[in-house]
Amino acid sequence: MSAPARSLFSPAAARRANQLGLKLGRPNLEEFADTLLGLARADRNVIAVTSDSRGSGKLGPFGQALPAQIVEVGIAEQNLVGVAAGLASAGKTVFAVSPACFLTARSLEQIKNDVAYSDNPVALVGISAGVSYGALGTTHHSLHDLAALRAINNLEIIVPADNFETREAVLAAARLGRPVYLRFGKAPVYTLHRPDAVFEVGRALTLREGCDVAFLATGETVAHAVLAAAELAEQDGVSCRVISLPTIKPLDTACIRRAATECSVVITVEEHMVNGGLGEACAGVILQAGARPVFKIVGIPDEYTVTGSQADIFAHYGISMEGLAATARALLESRSASV
Amino acid sequence: MPSDHELALKSLRYRRRILQAIKHAGAGHTGGSLSCIDILNVLYNRILRITPTTAKDPARDRYVQSKGHSVEALFVVLADRGFFADEELDTLCQYRSHFVGHPTRKVPGVEQNTGALGHGLPLCVGTALAAKMDDSGSRTFTLLGDGELAEGSNWEAAMCAAHYRLDNLTAIVDYNTLQITGRTRDVCSNEPIDAKFAAFGWAVRVVDGHNLAQLTTVLSSAAEVGKPTAIIARTVKGRGVSFMEDVGKWHHGVPNDVEFAQALREIDAQLVAMERIPA
Repeated sequence: MSAPARSLFSPAAARRANQLGLKLGRPNLEEFADTLLGLARADRNVIAVTSDSRGSGKLGPFGQALPAQIVEVGIAEQNLVGVAAGLASAGKTVFAVSPACFLTARSLEQIKNDVAYSDNPVALVGISAGVSYGALGTTHHSLHDLAALRAINNLEIIVPADNFETREAVLAAARLGRPVYLRFGKAPVYTLHRPDAVFEVGRALTLREGCDVAFLATGETVAHAVLAAAELAEQDGVSCRVISLPTIKPLDTACIRRAATECSVVITVEEHMVNGGLGEACAGVILQAGARPVFKIVGIPDEYTVTGSQADIFAHYGISMEGLAATARALLESRSASV
Repeated sequence: MPSDHELALKSLRYRRRILQAIKHAGAGHTGGSLSCIDILNVLYNRILRITPTTAKDPARDRYVQSKGHSVEALFVVLADRGFFADEELDTLCQYRSHFVGHPTRKVPGVEQNTGALGHGLPLCVGTALAAKMDDSGSRTFTLLGDGELAEGSNWEAAMCAAHYRLDNLTAIVDYNTLQITGRTRDVCSNEPIDAKFAAFGWAVRVVDGHNLAQLTTVLSSAAEVGKPTAIIARTVKGRGVSFMEDVGKWHHGVPNDVEFAQALREIDAQLVAMERIPA
C-alpha cells in the first residue's frame, strides 16, 4: 500500500477554499467512470476499451455491470487505440481508457492515423495524467501529451478542472461523435462551478472577473488559480480574472484575447511541460492579436522533474495558491518598475 | 460473379492499369501492387459484400489495406468496381487530388486511412469485434505485407483476435519475401510466419497468391470456429512483368519510357493470348 497522498492544498489554501465556500469533490477519474457507466447503461453501443487499466480507470463497476460492453486488450496500448478506432468506425461510441503517459506516447501514431486522420470518433481518455503518479517518476508522467496532440489535425483536447467539467466533457464526447482526447487526474478536486454553469466544447469559463491579473488555467491547476486570485484580492487588493480553459483545442481565442487586452498581467497555468502546452498556445493567440501583456507560463519546466508526490511537484514548481500569488506579485512589480 | 476466365482477364487489365497510373503519377509502389493484385481481384470480385451502393451499410464486409503503399492496386480495383470513375486515377498524387499515395477515406470505397505499417490488423480486430457484438454477419479482411509483420502492433492484435475468437476476421499476408532493403529473411527474419500465427491461436492456410482458383477457394471457405484465419499468400513482387519480378528495386520503382513500353508489351501479349482462349 502506498502512503496517503499529501494534499495538493496547503492548510492555508484549504482555509481559503473553505472561506470561498468551495467543496472538495471526488477525483475526476471517478466522475468520469460513473458518467460513462450511466451512458453505457442507457446505450449498449457505448463501449469502454482498456489496456489492463480498468482498475486505475475506476472501471471495475463498469466491467461488472456491463461485461459485454468492455473490451480488454491487455497491456498493449497500440492495439488499444487501433481496436477502439475499428469499433468506432463500425458505429460504436468508444472510450479508450489508459494512463495518459502510455496512451499518448506509445500509441501516438495510432492516435494520429487511426483516430484523427481516419476520422474515427474515439474518445481517448488519458487517466492519471500530468504528474498524478508523482514519485513513480517520468515514465509515468504525461507532460508531453498536450503538445504532441495539439499538433495533430482533427483531434479536440479537453482537460476538465472539476467534476462538473468532467461530467460535461464525457457527455459531450459521447454526443459529438468526433475524435477527442480527455485528460484526467486522480486526486480529489474542488468543485469550482455553480450548478447553473454551461459547458460547451471550445468555450472557456470565467470563474472570476478582474482586470489586473488574468489567470488562464486548465485542468486541475484551475483550483490553485482560484485560490491565488482570492489571496491576491484580499491581501494585495489586486483584481484577478480567473478563466478555466477545459478545451485546449479548439481554444477559446476570443476569451484569451479579451483577457490579454483587459488585464495587464497574464499568467497561464498547466500541469504540463511549459513547451507546447496551454501557455504557448495562449502566447500565440495573444501575440497574433497584437496584445502585449506581461506574460508568464507556469508549468513544469524543461528539466528532469523533481521527485515527489504530485503535491510536492506542484509546490516545487509554484503550481499552488502560494506559488501563483508570488508569481503574480513579482510580475506586477516588474511591470511597475518598467513603467 | 465473373467467370474464372473473366477474372484472369481482370488480373491482367488491373496490372496494365496499375502501371499506367504509376507512370502517369511518376510515383508509386509498383512491386507490391503487382504482388497483391490477384488477391484484391478475388476479394473484390468474388468475396466481399461491398458495392458502391452498400458502401455505408453497417453490415457490409470490410477490407482494410494495411500495406497501404500498394495503394495503386486498391484504387484500380475500386475504379473497376464502380466506386469512382477510372479517369480519376489520372489525378493520383497530383496537387489537390483525393488520390493520395496511400489509401484515404476521401476516396470512395476506402475503409481506413493507412500507410504507416502495423495499423490494419488492430483496426480490423475492432470492426470484427463490432460485428460480433452486433451479430451482423459482416466479415473483415486485411492485407498485410510480410515485411510489415516486423511491426509489433500486429502481434498485439493477433493475440487479441485469438482471445476474442474472431472467426469473422481474415488476415492475408502478401508473402513476396522482399522489402525495401532486401529479402525480409535477411533484413530481420520473421520466419516462420505460418507457425507464428498458429502459435498465436490462428487457423493458418498457405496458398499461391497468384492462383485465382486457390484464392477463391480459401477465401470463400468457412473459417475454423472460434479462430481468426491467416492466409499466407505466396506471391512474387513485380509479378507479371519479367524484369520486375522478384527484384527489390521495383518496391517503389517507376518505369522509364522504355521499361514502361516493354512492360505493357508483355502484359498485352498475355492479354491477347488470354482473350483468344474461349471463355
